[in-house]
Amino acid sequence: MDSSTLFGISTVAYIVAMIVYITYLAFRAPQLGITATTVTVIGFVSQTFAILFRWKEFYEMSNMGILRAAPFTNLYESLVFFVWCLILGYLIIEFKYRNRSFGAFVTPVAGLALAFIDLTGMDKGIHPLVPALQSNWLLVHVLMSFIAYSTFALAFSTGLMYLILKTEKRSEPSYIFWTITTGIFIVLLVAMGLDYLSFKVLIKNPDVLIKSFLFKASFFSHSPVVSVLSWIAAVVFIFMFWRYGHLLKKIVGAFPLSPEILDDITYKSIAIGFPIFTLGGLIFGAIWADQAWGVYWSWDPKETWSLISWFAYAFYLHSRLLRGWRGNKAAVVAVVGFVMVIFTYLGVNLLLSGLHSYGGME
Amino acid sequence: MEKEKKTSFVDRIWDFFASIKLAIVIFAALSITSIIGTVIEQNADPERNIKLLAKLFGQSSAPSLFRIFDGLGFMDMYHSWWFVSILLLFAANLIICSMDRLPKILKMVREPVKPLSDEHFKGFGIRKELVLHGGPEKTKAVISDAAGKALGFTLNETKEAHGYQLYAQKGNYTRLGVYITHFSILVILFGALIGIFFGFKGFLNLPEGKTYAVAFSRMGRMQETAEFETILNAVEASSGNLSTAARQLGTDEKTFRAKMQMYGIFPLEFAIRCDEFLVDFYSGSDMPKAYKSWLTVLKDGKEVMKKVIEVNEPLTYERVTFYQSSYGLLPGGAENGTFRFRLISKEGKTENANVRFGGSFTVPGTTLSGKIEDFSPALALDERTGRAFTYAEQMNNPAVFVTFSENGNRKFGGWLLRRYPETWKLPDGNVVEFHGVWGVQYTGLQVRKDPGVGVVYLGCLAMAAGLFIAFFMSHKKIWIKLIEEKNNTRVIIGASANKNRHAFEQKIEKMTALLNKVKEGGK
Repeated sequence: MDSSTLFGISTVAYIVAMIVYITYLAFRAPQLGITATTVTVIGFVSQTFAILFRWKEFYEMSNMGILRAAPFTNLYESLVFFVWCLILGYLIIEFKYRNRSFGAFVTPVAGLALAFIDLTGMDKGIHPLVPALQSNWLLVHVLMSFIAYSTFALAFSTGLMYLILKTEKRSEPSYIFWTITTGIFIVLLVAMGLDYLSFKVLIKNPDVLIKSFLFKASFFSHSPVVSVLSWIAAVVFIFMFWRYGHLLKKIVGAFPLSPEILDDITYKSIAIGFPIFTLGGLIFGAIWADQAWGVYWSWDPKETWSLISWFAYAFYLHSRLLRGWRGNKAAVVAVVGFVMVIFTYLGVNLLLSGLHSYGGME
Repeated sequence: MEKEKKTSFVDRIWDFFASIKLAIVIFAALSITSIIGTVIEQNADPERNIKLLAKLFGQSSAPSLFRIFDGLGFMDMYHSWWFVSILLLFAANLIICSMDRLPKILKMVREPVKPLSDEHFKGFGIRKELVLHGGPEKTKAVISDAAGKALGFTLNETKEAHGYQLYAQKGNYTRLGVYITHFSILVILFGALIGIFFGFKGFLNLPEGKTYAVAFSRMGRMQETAEFETILNAVEASSGNLSTAARQLGTDEKTFRAKMQMYGIFPLEFAIRCDEFLVDFYSGSDMPKAYKSWLTVLKDGKEVMKKVIEVNEPLTYERVTFYQSSYGLLPGGAENGTFRFRLISKEGKTENANVRFGGSFTVPGTTLSGKIEDFSPALALDERTGRAFTYAEQMNNPAVFVTFSENGNRKFGGWLLRRYPETWKLPDGNVVEFHGVWGVQYTGLQVRKDPGVGVVYLGCLAMAAGLFIAFFMSHKKIWIKLIEEKNNTRVIIGASANKNRHAFEQKIEKMTALLNKVKEGGK
C-alpha cells in the first residue's frame, strides 16, 4: 500500500466520522458514539501510516538524511499534518473528558481542510527540497509549529462555542464579535471558492498563479457591477448572520457540553500550545534563520505575524492569570489569536512576500 | 507637604509603568505597527510601495501618501526611532511590572510551610479523609513512607494534642518561572542591542577568482566615487592590513577607519577569496539543489582556512560569518571567463584545456581545432523551429558554440551543453567535454559579525526553561492531620497546587491507595 491510498482512506474515514458524530448527537445512541470514535481512530491510524510512508518515499527519493526528509515542506503536507495533530488533540480530549459531542465540531474542520486540498487542486507531488530547507531544523521547527497551531485551533473552536452558548442579546459586544467574525470567515471562504471556480473555468494557462487571482471573481472584479454586488452580498450576509446568529445557539445548546468545560479546554489548549509555539516556532525558527540567512530576526512577514499571534496568546494568558479574565472576554481573545494564526499560516503566504515563501500555492 | 506630593508623583509614574493597561497598549501598538510593516515592503524600491499605495488608496493620492509614510519612517519601520522606542517602553514596562510583583512572590517562595489550624483544613480544594488501623506513632511512619513513594515529599511534623500534623511543600521556586521568562525577553533585547551597536551586517558580492578584505554595508553611502575606489584599492593592496593601507594614503589608521565607515566599508582584518561558485541542479531540471561557494580565507597573505559553504552551512573566521545568500553573472559576461574543456581523442589521448572567449584549442594527437564563437548561460531548443535560444539569465545550463576546423577548413560546428554529455561527441568520433565557464559569476555573501548572538541564545535558553517551569511545574503543598481514635488513627489530608491541581490530586489518590493497601495488609 502506498501513501496516497492511505491518505484517501483517512479522508473518507474523517468524512464518515463527521456524519456519524452528527447522527450520534441527534440520536444519542451509545453504539453510534463508539462507531464514530472507531472510524476516527481508523482514519487517524491510516493517516499516521500515510505520513510515515510518504516520509519513507521522500527519504528514498532524495538521498538525504532521514531527519531531513520529513514530509512537512509545502502547503499540502503541512495541511495534512495539521489535520493529523487536530485529530490527535481531539482524541485526547475525548478520552480525558469522556465526551464525544465535541467530535461533531472537530471532524468537519478536518474534513474541510482535506476537502480544501482537493478543491484547490493543490500540488500533492513529492518535490525535492530547495537549498534553504535542507536543514535538520526543518523537522523540529515545522513539527512544533503545527502542534501549536492545532492546539490553538482547538482553543478557537471551544472559544467560539463558548461565545455561541453564552451570548444572549444582539447588542452584546461579544455577540456582535462572534457573529461578524464567523460571517467574515464564511464570506472569505465563499469568495475564495468562487475564485477557484472562475480560475478553473477561465484560465487554461498553467503559468498563471491562482495567487494573483485572489478575490478577482468577486470583490476585486474587473466588472464594477460584479464588484459592487459582491460587496453588497457580503454585507447583507454578515448582517443576516448577526440577525439570526442565535439559531446556532440552539444547535450548540443541544450538546451536552457545559460552558465551564469549554472554557477549561480553551485555557488548557493555549497553555500547552503557547510554550511549544514559543520554543519550536519562534526560538528554533530564529536559530535556523541565524544559520541559513545570517539574521536571527529580520522582521520578515512570517516572523512578524508569528510575533503578533504570540502577543495575542501572551495577552490571553496574562489577562486570565493576572486579571482573572474568564468566559466571554477570554474566549474573544482566543478567537482573535487564532485569526492571527490563520493569517500567519495562510495569509502571509498568499498575500505577502518574504523569505518564507515555501508554503505558497504555486 | 512638598515632599509628599513628590513621592506621589513618582508613585504615579511607577504605577503607570507597572500597569497591565500599559502592557496592553504596547502589545497593541507593536502589533498594529508591525502589521503595517508587513504590508509596506521594507527597504524596497520606492516604486513598489507607491504602486502598492496606489492599489489601496487610488492613483492620485499615492505619491503624497508615500511621502508621508516615508517621512514617518515606515519604509524602514522596524529600525525607526519610534518603533525602537516602543520596544524600549516594552522593556521598561516588563522590568517595572516584575519589580512591582516580585517581592510578594519572593515571600511566597521563601515562606516555609507551617502547621495549620483546624479551621484551615476545611477550605482545601483537594481534601481526603480516611481511618487507619493503629496509633498515630505507627501511622505517622506509614504515611511518611507513602508520601515519599507516591509524591516524593519529605514531611515535617509537629506534635499536637491528639496526634500529629505532617506538612511539606515542593516546587516553591517554580513560582519564579514567569519571572525567568520575563527576564529572558530583556536578555534577548539586550543581546539585540549589542548586535546593533557592536555588530556588523552587510554583504559582499565576490567574483570567482577575486580576493576582498572588506565587506559592504547596506546602509552606508555606497557611492562609486574616486575616493571610494582609492580606499578599496589601498585595502586590497595591503591585503587587509589597515595601518599599511592608511600609511599608503598618507593618513593615520583612525581617520582611515572613519572614512571607511562613512562609505559603508567594513574592514574584515583578513582577506577572503572565492575559488569557485556553482549552482547544483536536480538532475535534468532547473530546480536548484545547492548553491556552493569554494572559499579561502587569507591572513597576512597566507591561506588559513578553506571551506565549501552552502545555504545552512556558513563559514566563520575571527567571529565574522559568511552566508551563502545570492549569486549572479558579472557585467561583461563570458568575455572575461575561462572555458573549461576536457579533450579526448579517438585514440583515447586526453588533455584539459582552459580557453578564453574567442580562443581556440586543438584535440590532442590530431589537427582538429575548435574555436569558441558564442556562449549562452542557459540554452534551450525551441520545440517547433529547433532554434537555440537563451531561456534564463543565470547559468542554469551553460552552453558554448564551437566551430571545428582542420588545417584551416571549417568541418562542423555546434552547441556543447554542460548538462548534456551527448552533445560532447563530435561526428568524427573525438569527444570535447564542456565543464562550464569560470570567472563569470559572483557569489553573493551575507557578511555578519554579531557579538550579541550568544546573549540572544542565552535569552532563548532562559525563555525555554522559564516557560517550561511556568507551565508544566507547580508549587504544591500538603498538610496531613493525624487524630488518635481508640486503636485507630483518623487521617485528614488537605493539599493545594497553584497549577495542574488535577495531576496533583491523582498523585495524592495514589498515596491514599498505598495507605489503604497497608491497612488491608495489616488486618
